[in-house]
Amino acid sequence: MDKIVKSFKEVFRLCKMKDGMTLSFHHHLRNGDFVLNMVLAAAEKEGFKNLNIAMSSLFPVHETLIKHIKNGTVSGIDTNYMSGPLGEFISYGGMEKPVIFRSHGGRPKAIEERELLIDIAFIAAPSSDNMGNINGVKGPSRCGSLGYAFADVEYAGKTVVVTDCLVDYPNTPVSIDESKTDYVVTVDSIGDSARIVSGTTMITRDPVGLSIAKNAASVIAASGLLKNGFSFQTGAGGASLAAASYLREIMTEREITGSFCLGGITKYFVEFLNEGLFRNILDVQCFDLDAVESIASNPAHTEISASRYANPSSKSSVVDSLDTVILGATEVDKNFNVNVHTDSNNIIIGGSGGHNDAAAGAKLTIIVAPLQRGRLPIVVDKVTTLTTPGKTVDVVVTERGIAVNPLKPELAVKLSGAGLSVCSIEELKRKAVLITGSPVIKNRKTGKVVAEVLYRDSTKIDEIRGIE
Amino acid sequence: MIRRTLLFIPGNSPSMLMNSVVFGSDSIIFDLEDAVAENQKDAARILVRNTLRTFDFSDYEVCVRINNIKSEWWKKDITEIMKENIDTIVIPKAESAEDIMTLSCFLTEIEKEYKKEKQVSIIPILESPCGIENSFLIASSDKRVDALFLGAEDLTASINAKRSREGEEIYYSRSRVVIAAKACGIAAIDTPFTDTNDLEALKNDTVFAKNLGFDGKAVISPRHIDIVNTTFLPTQAEIEYAEEVLEAIKKGENEGKGAVSLNGEMIDAPIVNRAKQILKLAGGEKR
Repeated sequence: MDKIVKSFKEVFRLCKMKDGMTLSFHHHLRNGDFVLNMVLAAAEKEGFKNLNIAMSSLFPVHETLIKHIKNGTVSGIDTNYMSGPLGEFISYGGMEKPVIFRSHGGRPKAIEERELLIDIAFIAAPSSDNMGNINGVKGPSRCGSLGYAFADVEYAGKTVVVTDCLVDYPNTPVSIDESKTDYVVTVDSIGDSARIVSGTTMITRDPVGLSIAKNAASVIAASGLLKNGFSFQTGAGGASLAAASYLREIMTEREITGSFCLGGITKYFVEFLNEGLFRNILDVQCFDLDAVESIASNPAHTEISASRYANPSSKSSVVDSLDTVILGATEVDKNFNVNVHTDSNNIIIGGSGGHNDAAAGAKLTIIVAPLQRGRLPIVVDKVTTLTTPGKTVDVVVTERGIAVNPLKPELAVKLSGAGLSVCSIEELKRKAVLITGSPVIKNRKTGKVVAEVLYRDSTKIDEIRGIE
Repeated sequence: MIRRTLLFIPGNSPSMLMNSVVFGSDSIIFDLEDAVAENQKDAARILVRNTLRTFDFSDYEVCVRINNIKSEWWKKDITEIMKENIDTIVIPKAESAEDIMTLSCFLTEIEKEYKKEKQVSIIPILESPCGIENSFLIASSDKRVDALFLGAEDLTASINAKRSREGEEIYYSRSRVVIAAKACGIAAIDTPFTDTNDLEALKNDTVFAKNLGFDGKAVISPRHIDIVNTTFLPTQAEIEYAEEVLEAIKKGENEGKGAVSLNGEMIDAPIVNRAKQILKLAGGEKR
């Protein structure tokens, strides 16, 4: 028996693909991914229409979706994050049906509870054998963890592995095994390795970013959570990584050993693990090659599924055991609500990813952001788009002050007691407006709905309206 | 006043000016001199003036480095920026007592015209052979002078010395500036470390300067502030010794002793003063 299929055309026939079906993809190849574009090019050639694309995140490389939306091959998108020209296209009303935005934890929940029905899952596999035992740690397009694809293969009608590295049976280690795989398609290349690893994984050199990072680390140090067994998640943005770097100094000085690091994993977390600062890394996605090498060789660095990471319907998920998370924001409002979906012009530039999952789970959720970007204040009266509800946000850290959510008065006392510059969120806004002036607020709620924002439990918490 | 770090901020960079209060230096030096091109001098002094007018600098010593006293700009610089509240004028390329007296006379005129209640201080930058050799005369030239500042880059260029990471070529100048400053009872500020990336070398350079007797160091990168601030804080051993000294003195006074010793060594006035200074620094009193 052999599951190798020579072409996408043949796979479409074997999977009985029809117009209107939902095809799923995962985003571990990030901005270097070729698989979505390849599959859609073949689908277009075969004349398929109205496909629904359920991809965990979409990047600038997926700009080709614009063409497929225009020619009718694609008519729906279900995703957790969207950046690049596609976001702008959607924001200007380029697609008839609203995009469905979920979170990284909300997506596996929706799949497992049959809310998001996947007809065919296409799995970008850095290595596979002929029966579809795959992993992300071998091959020219290796990306490490394949955690976001697990729910897809478990619940899809058919699972198609797409690989550019066919190895002898049995492929080891196994992330997704042959019992889930229907077909294997081999291609020349599934991705551009230079763009698979994110370009954002460098500690910032911007002095304002460093100042914010230092404040964030000081908040953690003063919170009372920083003790043996401490667990931590941060994004791969430069300021978040700088905060992690400051935290490393504090943990070393206090001789603290953490339990686990979580989230998108970078070389900095790998260094923490190797230095004995943390006992484990729980990895749903690798952001650089150091992380890929580590997950391939260090048993303490473990691949986890998106469901285990953050599914709110799981019996438990890792975010529930998280002490602290540092997250970014394009806007924060006076109720501590956070927007990471849109910019101040209402253009889609991102999405929750794991933002509202980690915020909901962590004991201490810290938002780091500069008080102003360009001429715009970041603390506003009301966020343009609601990504993460303020009740799950504990602290907003800027370069000019730290605001603690009034729901956590005991935390404010601790931070003030440690000499940190704590003020109200209104005071932060006042400081921002002193510098930027009050921007004119446009009514963003009159255009047609171009996207729906679903919270991690699938309830709709906001709509994004098109720019008129 | 504690001046562990004096951060240079280019006078023509709005974003740096706006953010200068977030980096945590003890003093901020708004630079109208080397950082600003000749055709930007007027814009920079207005920008600095407006920055001082707009933002709250009450937690900082506000210094402005004016242009060289031999240039056409220095009086315009002072006339403009003195419209706001500043603490200190930093004068570059100070070479003689006359330079300081000229500056001081003009400051007096302006302070009178603007009805200023507080006199501004002067920090001369010594960055030429004449400046170094006249350091004591410069330090003692006017009561406004409350620190000497060594500028090693221009100095080494002017004597054809090669700058090294270890700073051997400025050893004499550093020592000379420290001695001149301390002879006049004022502070000595060390030259900035110019490699913004090599933080370990910065640490070594700062420790060396502290051990020579410098009280603080200018910095050209906000990333240097933490290391320099920390280095100029007293160590735990220094704090404990200072506490022991003051305790011994107090005990001696209570017992009516004229001379007091600690661990077999006599404690004299300079040791007591140093102990007080260390505890003041350790207490984090900023201004």
